[in-house]
Amino acid sequence: MSATLIDNATAEQPRNDRNYLNADHTLKSWLLTVDHKRIGILYLIAVTIFFFIGAVAAAMIRYELTSPHGILLSSEVYNKTFSAHGIYMVFQFLVVAIPAVLGNFLIPLMIGARDMAFPRLNLLSWYMFMTGGLLITLSFILGGVDAGWTFYVPLSTLSETQISLCLVGIFITGFSSIFTAVNFIATIHKMRAPGMTWYRLPLYIWSHYSTAIVILLGTPVVAITLFLVVVERGFGFGIFSPELGGDPVLFQHLFWFYSHPAVYIMILPAFGVISEIITCFSRRPIFGYRFIAYSSVAIAFLGFLVWGHHMFLSSQSVLQGLIFSIITWILAVPSAIKVFNWTTTMYKGSIHFSTPMLYALGFMGLFLIGGLTGLHLASIDTDVHLTGTYFIVAHFHYVMVGGTIMGYLGGIHFWFPKMFGRTYSEMWGRISAMIVFVGFNLTFFPQFIVGYLGMPRRYHYYYFAPEWQFYHILSTAGSTVLGIGFLLPGIYLTYAIFKGKKAGPNPWGAKGLEWEQAGSPPITENFEKPVLVLEDPYNYNPEEDSKMYEHEVESADMLGGRK
Amino acid sequence: MSGHAHAQGDGPEVYFQYEDIDQQQESYVVGMWAFLMTEVMFFGALFLIYTLYRWKFHDTFFLAHEQLNWKMGGLNTAVLLFSSVMVAFAVHFAQKGKKTAQLICLGMTLMCAFGFLVIKSFEYGAKGDHKLYPNYTFEYGAHDKDHKVESWWDDNLPAFMHIEKKEQHGDPKNAKLFYSIYFTMTGLHGLHVVIGIIAITSLMVLIIIKSPLITDYVPTELVGLYWHFVDLVWIFLYPLFYLIPR
Ligand code: HEM
Ligand SMILES: [Cu+2]
Repeated sequence: MSATLIDNATAEQPRNDRNYLNADHTLKSWLLTVDHKRIGILYLIAVTIFFFIGAVAAAMIRYELTSPHGILLSSEVYNKTFSAHGIYMVFQFLVVAIPAVLGNFLIPLMIGARDMAFPRLNLLSWYMFMTGGLLITLSFILGGVDAGWTFYVPLSTLSETQISLCLVGIFITGFSSIFTAVNFIATIHKMRAPGMTWYRLPLYIWSHYSTAIVILLGTPVVAITLFLVVVERGFGFGIFSPELGGDPVLFQHLFWFYSHPAVYIMILPAFGVISEIITCFSRRPIFGYRFIAYSSVAIAFLGFLVWGHHMFLSSQSVLQGLIFSIITWILAVPSAIKVFNWTTTMYKGSIHFSTPMLYALGFMGLFLIGGLTGLHLASIDTDVHLTGTYFIVAHFHYVMVGGTIMGYLGGIHFWFPKMFGRTYSEMWGRISAMIVFVGFNLTFFPQFIVGYLGMPRRYHYYYFAPEWQFYHILSTAGSTVLGIGFLLPGIYLTYAIFKGKKAGPNPWGAKGLEWEQAGSPPITENFEKPVLVLEDPYNYNPEEDSKMYEHEVESADMLGGRK
Repeated sequence: MSGHAHAQGDGPEVYFQYEDIDQQQESYVVGMWAFLMTEVMFFGALFLIYTLYRWKFHDTFFLAHEQLNWKMGGLNTAVLLFSSVMVAFAVHFAQKGKKTAQLICLGMTLMCAFGFLVIKSFEYGAKGDHKLYPNYTFEYGAHDKDHKVESWWDDNLPAFMHIEKKEQHGDPKNAKLFYSIYFTMTGLHGLHVVIGIIAITSLMVLIIIKSPLITDYVPTELVGLYWHFVDLVWIFLYPLFYLIPR
């Protein structure tokens, strides 16, 4: 790692107007690209489509629930609808969104590399992701899947819907994330620029590293578990089937052995995004760098020891339940450490409420609620009442939508100028961040209440308790607002890609290699000059920044002095 | 200029994202080990399932395993062990730059891999004939209505450890569970052998046509690592399935 960077760039000096976007315009150059930035964009398009499909399913669910008797869908179709929603959102969006879009785009830029360690493998991952997505879509076109995203046996082995096809799709998507994770690990280990030591890495990289470890260790387990369901269905074997003495609960153990860590696959990258945004818009070095870095690693490992909290009522012994409960409580500590550290980072900072910051602040509030309600579910005695109700639905939407999607949108808004070299309308950005926040709470807070009152999840009617209709209508109204909040960025960001104002290399005045040493958008090789890292990350100075700000107010002339 | 490799002197090719050949080689090795970690977890889950069931249905699993042909399994173990030695030599010769020796070793590995599959297919065939294939055709004990099961244990263990005749078969349902897992695990392992065959064949072809993709020993080392892993899985599968002690 000692040689200088970009020795081949001298042969063909890149001009300033060249970048990875206009390097080549043909469709083929996009579909066969090995440039990590272009692959990130390919993923961006793909996950947006899958998100849209998932969102349509969600809208149908919410519409159905506005009446205690159901309106539109039969029981079977309702089952397929919420299965579609869960499967698309979890496997084709949440698990992939931040790592594959922002991670692919940013990791080489942040560590000072020209590309991922294995660019062709990276492209292969995208094709596998698309193949998986297409198979899942095919399974829904051919009739759908009714076993929910959790695929519990024996329902999934006996169900006569397109489960095998769908599971094969998920299996392929799973291997696509495994290849992405292999790429991340090799890249972060071996491709760092000279001077980029482990403790100079942005926290974004630490969280992606932890995510990659979880993916590597967890995904194969769920892959094989789902594969066994396919084998049971396809070959008539019996591995979990109770008629043969097999144990359906074993399926749940294996499924949650992945799927609890999977929730951290979804949230850890968002943590990374938030660390970057909070420091930039508070203009302060991160508080407790090592605590945050190691808490990511701690989460990655502890996350493998708590799966039993999903199974308190699935024939676990009380002792088992207690142990899982205690470890879950311990696991909440590193998550809390992060929230405390971000808050402390903002203290005495020079805070700018730009769009990404609004998302980050929203993230902190919503993740807090999601995490704390997680503790209600982690305690056996309360969980006995709450499990299987809308309380859980609300909990995991607070962490997955309020956490991961807020982080994702914050990240997209933060790095948008870097990705496309243009800026979006800040006003629309702030408005839609607010709309998302309000709409989100309106959608999911009533679900806590109605869940606490006893509304079971996965039901499409509640004629036995029509008084719940009020909460459901609130929730549906909220989801409409939330939908608008998601649609708006889709519109003004797309507009900005083509018509936005040109952005300089560092429009936020942020620290980090991707801002300070690469253009917006970067050239194909990322950096024009050799990269050498001498500073710690987040070298912000709040006093300087606020002085600059005062001067700005006093006299516009002083703006020239701003770096 | 993206995607193009740049050569440094006459040494091996360095791809554009890497600084030098060391970085490139180390990255490949790190990537391969990371992938093998995944593979360990992949089979690990299956071993866990098997262990739990064997614990729960120990007697039936013991009786069911007696229908597996431990001699064929043993032969296959030997074949794979030998192939592992060969692939290790192939890596050695690759590092030394001795192409012919390397190709011969890879060829031997390839033959072993095919040998393994052939032996395995005889075993699978026999299981089918004895109606031990665990789907609707499964009919446990069909075979030894007319043949006595030959068991190494019957001849070699002290008499008090012999199985009583009345529990000769165990519960056919649990036995079907045993064979489900047996076929799944050995089947997946066989699939890995097939992937290994494809990898070794492509490697050999690339070496023979002097492809610019293969200019040093690292691709051989990666294939070697993978092949060792495939062997290792079998080293666990064989005793766990074929040599269950009472
Ligand atoms: C900080 C702490 C967290 C704690 C203590 C916690 C605790 C729990 C518990 C105990 C359950 C099981 C409830 C039951 O089935 O009875 C649960 C469910 C769930 N949690 Fe969390 N959780 C936390 C964070 C997260 C995060 C960050 C995510 C995702 C990004 C998440 C996603 C989920 C999901 C998806 C489920 C429901 C799965 C299902 O049954 O379909 N949780 N959580
Ligand atoms: Cu969990």
